Amino acid sequence: MVLVTYDVSTESDGGKSRLRKVAKECVNYGQRVQNSVFECLVDPAQFAQLKHSLCNMIDEEKDSLRFYYLGKNWKNRVEHFGAKKGYDPEGLLVM
Amino acid sequence: MKKLLNTLYVTTPESYLLREGENVVIKINNVEKFRIPIHNLEGIVCFGYMGASPQLMRLCTDNNVGLSFLTPHGKFLGRVHGRIRGNVLLRRTQYRKADNEEESLDLARCFIIGKIVNCRTVLGRSIRDHGDVIDLDKIRFIDSLLIENLQSIDSCLNSDSLRGIEGNCARFYFGVLDELILKQKDDFFITQRNRRPPLDNMNALLSFLYTLLAHDVESALETVGLDPYVGFFHTDRPGRPSLALDMMEELRPFMADRLALNMVNLRQICGKDFFRKENGGVIMTDDGRKEILAAWQKRKQDKITHPYLNEKISVGLLPYVQAMLLARYLRGDIDGYPPFFMN
Repeated sequence: MVLVTYDVSTESDGGKSRLRKVAKECVNYGQRVQNSVFECLVDPAQFAQLKHSLCNMIDEEKDSLRFYYLGKNWKNRVEHFGAKKGYDPEGLLVM
Repeated sequence: MKKLLNTLYVTTPESYLLREGENVVIKINNVEKFRIPIHNLEGIVCFGYMGASPQLMRLCTDNNVGLSFLTPHGKFLGRVHGRIRGNVLLRRTQYRKADNEEESLDLARCFIIGKIVNCRTVLGRSIRDHGDVIDLDKIRFIDSLLIENLQSIDSCLNSDSLRGIEGNCARFYFGVLDELILKQKDDFFITQRNRRPPLDNMNALLSFLYTLLAHDVESALETVGLDPYVGFFHTDRPGRPSLALDMMEELRPFMADRLALNMVNLRQICGKDFFRKENGGVIMTDDGRKEILAAWQKRKQDKITHPYLNEKISVGLLPYVQAMLLARYLRGDIDGYPPFFMN
């Protein structure tokens, strides 16, 4: 499990389009838990792809991107309070 | 080893599945209810009729995610599968072996031996754990009959006599399964196996678990590149996944029967979760179905040591591992197909 967070500067039009792109790519790989925070359950190969494409998208002068590696026991490392409770991608998925 | 991914069960009949990017999105009345990346999934099982968009089907086939459609009560309707995967040479070998009577009999023997041995383990486990409350003599007697039949498998000369042995064993086994139901005796009992429709709660529970297992086994066979429709024990019939049924024989007692007994004995499911229709068939309620799915998913995450590979795997990967071993046997990498024996 990897936590991806980003800050994309939206002062210019280019920034807005970068923000959309980054968000879209993150949605492809994981669950949006807060506005610019994603929990991605990925294997090493998928993570390499995600990291590569995100790093190419951002403007290193203005934007920032952070990856937190939560590992296999991520469930012990995450606590949630308040609204917008997410789902557990390894738990029971019945809709 | 492959990692066991999750299965998404869609039980709300109004839900419609569609694709957005790499996500599976569930909408109810055009409102988004759920979204998950496809790479977290192993399969999608839909109980209901709203369906899925062709784009989503493509996403599933591209990612080798099984997409099955069932009626709300678990009757299999169909599944979407994309281009045939794997190696044409492997499939040809499979067909050749299936055409060859002697070789299919050899394989069929393995499946049935696996099944009977695992049935015996189910009985043995109950003797060990609950020997003081169950009718030991009856179970021991049935067990001895199973052993007798097991010994006659080696000497049976054609598939019809093997079918006979299998049928006898199944009858003995289901005849005594009732003894292993320790709690909720008024609601759960089984005198014989019946289906289409199941006539009592226990049969309904078993039927539903078998459907879930069939979904997994069929996907597993496709993943390793085998044709689930060409079997060795079950004969070809249009629309019948014979090889999946073959492989299920050895997995049923461990993956389904044991779970069904546990659910009843631990009161994870109760008589209220089922109801009888006018035609006498028994089906489960929405809550009952949810309970069973939860127990099934949880069971699949339990870890066991595979006796042949000597490697730690999740129970849910068993169909895949057995399919892989069968493929290895067909390729000639191993001398015989090792059925799964639970311990």
